[in-house]
Amino acid sequence: MFLGNLDSLRYFLPEIAVTATILLLVVLHVVSKNRESSAPGVLSLVGVGAAILLAGIVPPGAGKAIFEGMAAYDAFAVFFKVLTALATLVVILMSMDSRELAGRSQAEYYVFLLSTLLGMFLLSSATDIVMVYLSLELVSIPSYLLAGYLKGKEKSTEAAMKYVVYGATASGVMIYGFSLLFGLAGSTQVAEIGRALAAGKAVLPALLAAVMVAVGFGYKIAAVPFHMWSPDVYEGSPTPATAFFSIGPKAAGFAVLVRFYYTAFAASDPATGMWRLTADVDWPLLFAALSAVTMTVGNLVAVQQSNVKRLLAYSSIAHAGYMLMGFVLLSPAGIQAVLFYLVVYLFMNLGAFYVVVVVSNALGGEDIADFTGLGSRAPFAAVSLAIFLFALTGIPPFSGFIGKVYLFAEVLNRGVYWLAIVAGLNSVVSLYYYARIVRAMFLADPKDTSAILVPAVPRAMLALLVAPTLIFGVYWEPVARLAADSVRMLVF
Amino acid sequence: MGFIDSHILSLMTFLPLLGAAVILCVPKGKDDVVRWIAAAASFLPLMLAVRLWFAYDRTVAGVNVANQFQFVEQYSWIPSINVEYFMGADGISMPMLLLTALLSFLAVIGSFGIEKKVKGYMALFLLLETGMMGVFASLDFFLFYVFWEVMLLPMYFLIGIWGGPRKEYAAIKFFLYTLLGSILMLIVLLALYFNTTNPETGGHTFNLLHYMAQNSHSAWLKGFDVRVLMFLGLFIGFAIKVPLFPFHTWLPDAHVEAPTAISVILAGVLLKMGTYGLMRISFPIFPDVTIWFAVPMAVLGVINIVYGALCAMAQSDLKKMVAYSSVSHMGFCLLGMAALTPVGMVGAAMQMFSHGMITAMLFFLVGVVYDRAHHRQIDGFGGLGAVVPIYTGFVSLAFFASLGLPGLSGFIAEQMVFLGSFEVFRTLVIIGALGIIFVAAFHLWALQRVFLGPLNPKYATLEEINAREIFCLAPLGLLVMIVGVWPMPVLNLMNASLVRLVDLVKAVS
Repeated sequence: MFLGNLDSLRYFLPEIAVTATILLLVVLHVVSKNRESSAPGVLSLVGVGAAILLAGIVPPGAGKAIFEGMAAYDAFAVFFKVLTALATLVVILMSMDSRELAGRSQAEYYVFLLSTLLGMFLLSSATDIVMVYLSLELVSIPSYLLAGYLKGKEKSTEAAMKYVVYGATASGVMIYGFSLLFGLAGSTQVAEIGRALAAGKAVLPALLAAVMVAVGFGYKIAAVPFHMWSPDVYEGSPTPATAFFSIGPKAAGFAVLVRFYYTAFAASDPATGMWRLTADVDWPLLFAALSAVTMTVGNLVAVQQSNVKRLLAYSSIAHAGYMLMGFVLLSPAGIQAVLFYLVVYLFMNLGAFYVVVVVSNALGGEDIADFTGLGSRAPFAAVSLAIFLFALTGIPPFSGFIGKVYLFAEVLNRGVYWLAIVAGLNSVVSLYYYARIVRAMFLADPKDTSAILVPAVPRAMLALLVAPTLIFGVYWEPVARLAADSVRMLVF
Repeated sequence: MGFIDSHILSLMTFLPLLGAAVILCVPKGKDDVVRWIAAAASFLPLMLAVRLWFAYDRTVAGVNVANQFQFVEQYSWIPSINVEYFMGADGISMPMLLLTALLSFLAVIGSFGIEKKVKGYMALFLLLETGMMGVFASLDFFLFYVFWEVMLLPMYFLIGIWGGPRKEYAAIKFFLYTLLGSILMLIVLLALYFNTTNPETGGHTFNLLHYMAQNSHSAWLKGFDVRVLMFLGLFIGFAIKVPLFPFHTWLPDAHVEAPTAISVILAGVLLKMGTYGLMRISFPIFPDVTIWFAVPMAVLGVINIVYGALCAMAQSDLKKMVAYSSVSHMGFCLLGMAALTPVGMVGAAMQMFSHGMITAMLFFLVGVVYDRAHHRQIDGFGGLGAVVPIYTGFVSLAFFASLGLPGLSGFIAEQMVFLGSFEVFRTLVIIGALGIIFVAAFHLWALQRVFLGPLNPKYATLEEINAREIFCLAPLGLLVMIVGVWPMPVLNLMNASLVRLVDLVKAVS
């Protein structure tokens, strides 16, 4: 039972809020004389805040197919809307505070940011391949602009260019895969495609389509071997945008990845509560291999980095690899683990980037060498960063450890021991490079020992990001329940 | 006293953490205030430990029977995956809890000489104490693991910031080694979780006591190959901590670079966690594999004894020599445990307790001379006995205890290990006993080079050991002597539990 366009609006409130904010920002941009005023930032904060409040206002229940079946309104979508909006909220605060962005047109920047957010909202609820493609592009195109926002800075321009070329290629391959699926099923509805693939015997085209779509989605979550763009983009983009890329589009990418593959190439089995493969295509194995390769490459290359932003870029590739483990298991607990991981990853990763912003604001650099002696120069920021980094490593009592426990647990429960061991070894490797930053901050003696003053707003923000990283490491029951409740995806 | 008695283990665990929090609130520059807060925060757990000593009922065994544990606290922590906050003490954990409380307090006093970033040092040290207490008090595997890992962070910083010249290398090496072992443990922990059931609820469980009931294991977990792999996963994790040859290479670096008080804790408490983990977790959960693996364990133990002693003899650095002597002494623990006889097992536990005190003394003593002479070369001294007689007395006591002189605690432990394991591994025990010759040799040789012979004129005015240092050493020296002639109180403490442990393992054959 599909809802018509007008009836669907009720379930589209966060998107409407973001769209309205974007329009207001455009108007503001036209009428405002002062391009550096903080009004656009504040307006965006209000808009995104409203979107978060509106996201959960209508209980999703069993889910609704809205806009004639183009999108779904279910617990899964609501989860990702709140998550991506929350990430955007932090990134807006980070941006308002960033020295890199000061002096440039503010309103435009926030228009791009919020357009990406709108794209992520749609991506996490899309149930039609046309909608998937459109929303993926709506995420990508403003992202290119964000990456190149530091006009005149060579690295930023290079980043944008790389991003465009890779993005265009990936989405071209993906849409080729979509066309194969459309040919097989005669419908653009993902659920229809799923039924057609389950009934038909066209294994080879289905396999081809599964692989080609994986290219498009793999690019969004920066899985190896579709990750080449990410280190350059992460390094060249303004740091707040980098922080945004490392969590926002990645989370939305996971949303569409799960929803698409679990609907088109698998069906839920009411008897066991699990999913089973329908189309005779063993894509979980493909993605399990991708997962192992992604985390290993991400970690091994991160070891060699001397720029903290680049290091965090590779680390975020590795984290996508960890999360892919949960995706290949075809079990609710596996998806729950991915969702849980995304929540804790949001705080610890944004937190790490926030400290990078603070340091580069003060010192103008982001090399590991710039962090030398931060422990005595800016103790609060340094201790926060250490907490975020150890959380990313997965050491208790920090939230990242719990995230890993859920992932590892379900991998072991489903009997994929080799993957658990690969991931375990990777955690040890990751300690080495995260600890390099910690070593610079606390163990090495700085040449310059002058104190770095961290203003009150970033301090408060860091405290707000540290708090969940600590609390969810000790008491995470509510998050676990939320993640478990959000696994429900609508299939119609 | 009601509240204190019913939460005594939690208080012992978290009072230091509270102290650390208080220390962080002390304004800059008040280093003495920080020192005394730290002393208080570690003294209170020591007082509670004394209370434990008197309140503990030595007749019940614990080990695998929930209602025989004492000072139990059990609350649901994360209900959706059945993680519990479950603490309790029995004869396996009691000596370790007492040792941890004592050494932590003495180490804080011993750290009063630290001048660099006192606040951070004391806060991290107290966090470390929380982790150590928690490990010995936990009966829930998840809780155990969290505490086990919580210790890594402060240890990394304590070595890395306050250590010697190669501190950074030593700190990260320690961290990486231990994390590798921990990850293996985590994988086993999660596999155990999914393959055991709580008999009361039918759900999965992290409760160690449920794991010990073999009928709670799933069919998959009953397969011998699986059990061997899981046992080995845990074993490597624990062996790295002990450390057993060939996983010992982090130890000389970490011990030598760490500041004195941290070496004391490393050797005195942290190493024991490896053998404690074997007793508390590996043996009772996998008794069949334990029997299958007993001979390799005994061989590793003997390798440790002999190899550690030979390495110690080859050292020119006094601290490195003491570090390798730990490798050698921990070998006795493993040999005694592998014998799976009551006497051997009690000997192993006794060795853990006794070595904890002796090695703490040794590291304190090395610290004393290093603070004055600023080097630790064994050949760089000579004839110190004439200059610093009290210091020489303490060193002699510690060295003789360490080499197993009758009348001191080391002798009791080592003899029990040999007695307990002789019937089981004759050849190995004979080799191990020969290792004692090397142990004696390197001690006596070092003693001779440093304290006897002609006086090195450079040290003619060496300062005698001071009151604070004596305060740290005297209790340990006294205990080593008391336990050496009258070991019954300590033996009674652990006897019932360790006999039960041996019975539990033997029951499967």
